[in-house]
Amino acid sequence: MIPKCNVRKTFFLAGFIVIFWLLPKSASAMHIMEGFLPWNWALMWTLVTLPFLIWGFKSISKIFNEKPEYKMLLAMAGAFVFVISALKMPSVTGSCSHPTGVALGAVLFGPVAMTVISSIVLLFQALLLAHGGITTLGANIFSMGVAGPLLAFAVYKLGQKGGFPRWLSVFLAAFLANMGTYLVTSLQLALAFPMETGGVAASFVKFSSIFAITQIPLAASEGILTIIVFNLLFNYNRQELQGLLHFSEEVHSQ
Amino acid sequence: MKKWHYILLICILAALITAPVLLMPDRDYEGADNIAEEVIMAINPLYDPWIEPVWEPPSKEIESFLFAFQAAAGSAFIGFYLGKITTRRKNRG
Repeated sequence: MIPKCNVRKTFFLAGFIVIFWLLPKSASAMHIMEGFLPWNWALMWTLVTLPFLIWGFKSISKIFNEKPEYKMLLAMAGAFVFVISALKMPSVTGSCSHPTGVALGAVLFGPVAMTVISSIVLLFQALLLAHGGITTLGANIFSMGVAGPLLAFAVYKLGQKGGFPRWLSVFLAAFLANMGTYLVTSLQLALAFPMETGGVAASFVKFSSIFAITQIPLAASEGILTIIVFNLLFNYNRQELQGLLHFSEEVHSQ
Repeated sequence: MKKWHYILLICILAALITAPVLLMPDRDYEGADNIAEEVIMAINPLYDPWIEPVWEPPSKEIESFLFAFQAAAGSAFIGFYLGKITTRRKNRG
């Protein structure tokens, strides 16, 4: 690699990271609001999320050390989360929500790398846009950064094993990761706020009717956007992407 | 994917996003998290949010500026990256 190219890459990466850190991702639609999770639940979700976050940092440093040529692509997967989660869309329920965009990165880099990206996005959103919250960060990272990407990764692998066309595996990964994120959010709220009659189950039905149904068309939109970007990447970068897909498999089969 | 595939996908996307507003113009399209907040207060009227957000954007305008900037910054990077890999392939011949 010529040094000039390296400098330029580093410059853009640094620029991206600065933007990423300065700019809040704002999302009014999915995350549990500050103060709306009792402290014991907030603590529990933080503890559950922590190991994934550590695993994620390890996974990213492995990518950076062993495959530095993928740094830009990782930043681009982060940028995709950034753009997509700024798009608040109207939905059939008459309310608005936004997609998460974690599936693209999860398919390319494995699920735990997206735990790190999601937590950066969620942290600054909580700090600067009053969406989500610091106390609810653990719970929100779990739904968007752990459950969603894990589902995306698993669905994509299953789809590829099942001989689905690649576009369909990508679509299903994005669609189900999005739905999964909001179902987990609904479950988190239901566990913390069970109804007097019907308990957690009734409460889950209520919360998921707000979050999950709103998400169906949005999840489809995210699926389509993910197909478009994934295909563009794949068409122009076939060899490298195939190498990467194998690499992320190796990291996760350890 | 062929060119018309992309065009088809973008048309479906536009339809998905505009359909709710065109078909049901009289809804208020509030954020789903606000609705969840209302449900929490309905389930447990005594619940007291025990902590407030550290900082909130002072106005809707500032909030929408941040949104627009966020989308623009992310798209700029994606555009740059796609441009980079397309020209690289062309240069390779």
